[in-house]
Amino acid sequence: MDITFKNVSFVYQQHSPFAHRALDKLDLHIPSGSFVAVVGHTGSGKSTLIQHLNGLVRPTEGDVWIGDFHLNAEHKPKNMKELRSKVGVVFQYPEHQLFEETVEKDIRFGPKNFGVGDREIQRRVKEVLPSVGLTEDFLDRSPFDLSGGQMRRVAIAGVLATKPDVLVLDEPTAGLDPRGQKEMMEMFYAAHQEQKLTTILVTHSMEDAATYADHVIILNKGTKYMEGKPEAVFVQKEALQQVQLDVPEVVRFLDLFEKKFGMSIPYRRQSVKDIAKAIEKVMTGGSGHE
Amino acid sequence: MNNALVIGQYVPGNSLIHRLDPRTKITIIFFFVFIVFFANNFWSYAILTVFALASLFTSRVPIRFILKGLMPVWFLIIFTFILHMIVTKEGTPVFNIFTFTVYSGGILQGFAISMRFFLLILVTSLLTLTTTPIEITDAIEELLHPLKKVRFPVHELALMMSISLRFIPTLLQETEKISKAQASRGVDFRTGPIKERVQAVVPLLVPLFVSAFKRAEELAMAMEARGYQGGQGRTKLRELKIGKRDIFVYCLFIGVVIGLLFIRN
Repeated sequence: MDITFKNVSFVYQQHSPFAHRALDKLDLHIPSGSFVAVVGHTGSGKSTLIQHLNGLVRPTEGDVWIGDFHLNAEHKPKNMKELRSKVGVVFQYPEHQLFEETVEKDIRFGPKNFGVGDREIQRRVKEVLPSVGLTEDFLDRSPFDLSGGQMRRVAIAGVLATKPDVLVLDEPTAGLDPRGQKEMMEMFYAAHQEQKLTTILVTHSMEDAATYADHVIILNKGTKYMEGKPEAVFVQKEALQQVQLDVPEVVRFLDLFEKKFGMSIPYRRQSVKDIAKAIEKVMTGGSGHE
Repeated sequence: MNNALVIGQYVPGNSLIHRLDPRTKITIIFFFVFIVFFANNFWSYAILTVFALASLFTSRVPIRFILKGLMPVWFLIIFTFILHMIVTKEGTPVFNIFTFTVYSGGILQGFAISMRFFLLILVTSLLTLTTTPIEITDAIEELLHPLKKVRFPVHELALMMSISLRFIPTLLQETEKISKAQASRGVDFRTGPIKERVQAVVPLLVPLFVSAFKRAEELAMAMEARGYQGGQGRTKLRELKIGKRDIFVYCLFIGVVIGLLFIRN
């Protein structure tokens, strides 16, 4: 599903002393099937943006289109439930939404609400468990007996089981250990490719954005600050620092490498491994006697 | 929280009312609540209304904001008015609605009682609008201090109050967050038959309780880690002090009270 924001503003607690403009005349377009990273400093409007995607809030001004669903201040789609079944949102710390007695019941909760048949739910439960790295032994356990990381996997399984077309991830790896973070991102990336999802990743991690996204949107104070391919956006160090963001570690390294050795390796979203190889090539090629 | 309830919400400011000692505000409002019931004619209501509105304007809290916040209470005020209007049978009959005859005394009585209501709510919400919860609990602790002599746990009470006040916004935020997460999973809190709507509360309440207990435990641990051991020998960062403006306001209020006692029949 294509997602389009046109001139969207959102004001919290309008007409009160606490009025706060979270989005300010935001325009953006996310083509179907893309993996987009939304990056921004705290308070840049990322979370508000997300809530527009499945109609939790409606814009104060402007228009939002998610596929055929149209949202604006006056108009809301009649079939909100259908919109929500097509847009799956994994909120920050999704483990806080668990409430059922068993893991299985909690995973079934979403699809059941969206009117999916019992047998189909059964099939989906079996299908999503391995993809979030859990086994069927977990199904009968209480979600509250699990570790934090396992709880999060259950919560994510609950969202994936609704089979959304658009997957929205709000800092899905916050608070996990480094290995858990990597596993989780790999899992989302695999789901993105296998199920041809449109994925929107909200993150602080420039590394994740650089590794997985094919399009990056930088938000600042509720407006779009920069946008483009990661390899084009992440090399603009000064512009990013202006909005309290850093470049990915690899870019920083390449920058220092160039300063120290006077040899430049262009940034093309290489992993650390690729960089090591490239350096080896440059070094041995540059000074042949070693 | 687009339509948060105003009662209990603090609006930062630097007006005279904001800067008054919270004890002054609480004492005056406490007595004001009594005084309101002494009013029994036009001028006595007028003097109280002027006092309340004057405080309101001095506080510089936007009027529109207060009126909007009083929305849920308007219903009660109007209900009181209508009730008094139709059950009071004094004065001369004015008109009939259905089977009720409305007397002139009823209309007056209705006005008087709903005015009382309005004044009470206005003044008490002014307290919370201009005083931080911390100030209020500090003031209550100070005001109840004499009860310590009879072993009343004043400090513990004040602590309980400030903790619960402190966590109201947190819990509200949490509620909103969880209800949004569950709404995204297809829960419908707003429409559908009553039975389903009641059931929709379970996915909201369970996570809320879980996190509230977790928070309580963490808070207790953090307090102990910082050496909390009750009120003994505890000093305050912000000492409450009665200043010139407090004395001025007290005098003004006493003036209003004396005036009222003269004016009433």
